[in-house]
Amino acid sequence: MESTIVKSVDYNAYFGDNHVVKNVNIEIPKNNVVAVMGPSGCGKTTFLRGINRMHELIPGATAKGKILLNGEDVMEMHPIFVRLKIGMVFQRPNPFPNLSIYDNVIAGYKLNGIKLPKAEKDRIVEHSLTRVALWKEVKDSLTKKGSFLSGGQQQRLCIARAVAMEPEVLLFDEPTSALDPISTSTVEELFHELKKNYTLIIVTHNMQQAARVSDKTAFFYMGELVEYDNTKKMFTNPSDIRTQNYITGRFS
Amino acid sequence: METLVDNDLIARPDESLGRAFSAPKPKDAAKASKRIKRSHRQIRTETFFRRSLIIVGLLMVALVFAIMLTLIVESIPSIKALGAGYLWGKTWDPVKDVYGALPFLMGTLLTSFLALLISVPFSFAVAIVLGEYYPQGWLSNLLKNMVELIAAVPSVIYGFWGLAVLVPIVRTFETSLGVPPMGYGIFSSSLILAIMIIPYAASLGRSMIQMVPANLKEAAYSLGATRWEVIRSVILPYTKSGLFAGVLLSLGRALGETMAVTMVIGNTTLMPNGIFSTGNTMASVIANELGEADKVVYNSALVELGLVLFLVTVVINMIGKKVIGKFTNE
Repeated sequence: MESTIVKSVDYNAYFGDNHVVKNVNIEIPKNNVVAVMGPSGCGKTTFLRGINRMHELIPGATAKGKILLNGEDVMEMHPIFVRLKIGMVFQRPNPFPNLSIYDNVIAGYKLNGIKLPKAEKDRIVEHSLTRVALWKEVKDSLTKKGSFLSGGQQQRLCIARAVAMEPEVLLFDEPTSALDPISTSTVEELFHELKKNYTLIIVTHNMQQAARVSDKTAFFYMGELVEYDNTKKMFTNPSDIRTQNYITGRFS
Repeated sequence: METLVDNDLIARPDESLGRAFSAPKPKDAAKASKRIKRSHRQIRTETFFRRSLIIVGLLMVALVFAIMLTLIVESIPSIKALGAGYLWGKTWDPVKDVYGALPFLMGTLLTSFLALLISVPFSFAVAIVLGEYYPQGWLSNLLKNMVELIAAVPSVIYGFWGLAVLVPIVRTFETSLGVPPMGYGIFSSSLILAIMIIPYAASLGRSMIQMVPANLKEAAYSLGATRWEVIRSVILPYTKSGLFAGVLLSLGRALGETMAVTMVIGNTTLMPNGIFSTGNTMASVIANELGEADKVVYNSALVELGLVLFLVTVVINMIGKKVIGKFTNE
C-alpha cells in the first residue's frame, strides 16, 4: 500500500580506512517518520548524511552502494540536486547569523541564485513559518536577526528553511539534543504535522523520542542495521537480542 | 613570603643543591629543612623571573613612547618655521628653504593604495584556497610557507629584483601605452609593494576563514549551495571584518615600506601627475635626504615627515587590531 521513497542498497560508508556504515539495506515509506537510533559511534549519523550526500564533504570520506530516491540513485545525481530534494536539519540550530529571520527562511533560494518576486517570497516565508508553528511568534519581527530567537525557535527556523525548498524528504540529525524539554516537545509535535507533506528520517539518541514520534524505527549497532520494523513492534517485541538489550538499557 | 627566605641560602644556592643530592642519607629532619629551604629559593626565583618579565615588557612600551617623543621634539623647529602649510605645500626645495610635504604624501598614498588594489585579489585568493579548499596537505603547506616567506625576504632584495626585472617590463609596458617610458615610478613601486604585502592579508584571511563554524557551511550545503555559493554567501559575509583587518595591516606595511620603494620610485621631488610618473614617498625621501640635510629646518622637516608617517601607520594598525579584536570576540 505504502510506496517507498528512499531505499538504500548495500550502502557502505568510510572515513579513510574506517568502515563506519556496513551494508545497509533499508526501505523508507513515503509520509512516514522513521527514527534511527543506536549507541554513539554506531554510524547512524553517517548513514543519514549519506542520504543527501553530505557525508562526502568531509575530507577522506567515501561511500559505496546505492541510495535510491524514488528509484533514482542519488549517488549518480549531482549532490546539489540531491540536497534540493532532501533537506536537512542539524543537531545544533544553525540559522545564518548575518541574515534576518525572513532571509533565513528563503536562504536556500538566495544561495542558489533563484530570483523570486516579492509576493512569492512573502508567501514562501509565511507558508514555511506556519508549517513549523513559528509564524505567530515571529511575524512582527521578520527583519530581526535569526540569532535573536531562542534555541527552540532557531531550530524551528532551521526546519522552516529546509521546508521552504519544498523537499521530498527531511533529514534530522539529533534535532532536539541541544534543546530544552519544552522546545523539544514543540519540535516533536511538528513531526506529526510535517509527515503529512514530507517523509522524515530522524536520528536520535533518545529512545523515548523514537518511540513517541516515529512510525518505524531502525536500530544501528557497530555500523550495521540490526533491526528495522514498526516502532511498536521494535519497542515491545524486538526480534534481535541486541535491540532488546539496547532498549532495556543493558548497554548504551 | 620573602621574609621567610633564608638569605644565607641565596648567597650559596649551588652548594645547598649539591648537598641535597650528594649527601649520604642525612637525618630526616635535616632533609626536610633542606627541602623547605629549596622551596623558598624557588619562590624567590619565581618572583625575580616575574619581575624581570614585567620590566622587559614596560621597556617596550617606554621605547615606543621614546621614539614618538624623539620625533616630536626633533620636528619642533620645522613645525615652528613652517606651520601647518607644510602638509599641503607642493614644493620641496631645500636649497631655497621651501618645504612642502604634499608630493610625498601623495606619493605614499598613491603607491600604497595602488599596491593594495593589486594585492587584494591575490591575498584573498590565497586565503580562500588555504582556508577553505585545501586546509591540509603538502601542496597547501608549500603554498602557505612560500607566501609567508614573501614577508621574510629582505626588502632590499625586492628593490634589487624590481630594478633588474620589473622596471624594464614596466618600461616596455609604458612604451606600448605611449607614456614617457621611464620604468621607474609610482607604478613600479606599487607592483613591488603589492607583492610584499600579499602575506599580511593572506595569512590573516586564512585563519579567519578557517574559523567559520562548520555548521554554518553545512547549513548552506544542505540547502543545495555550491562551493562558490558557500564562499560568497556564508564565508565572505562572516569573515568580512577579518578580511578588512588584513587589508588594513597590509596597508600599514605598504605605507611604511622604504628600501624597495626608494630603489624603484625614481626619487623626484615633484608632485606626481599620474601612476606612471616618478615620485617619492615619505619614507623614501627620508632615506634619501636625511644624510645630506645640513640645515636645522631641513633636517627637522624630514623628521616631521617621519612623524606623520608614524602617526598614520599607528592609527591604521590600531584600527586593524580593533577590527580583529571585534571579530574574534563575536
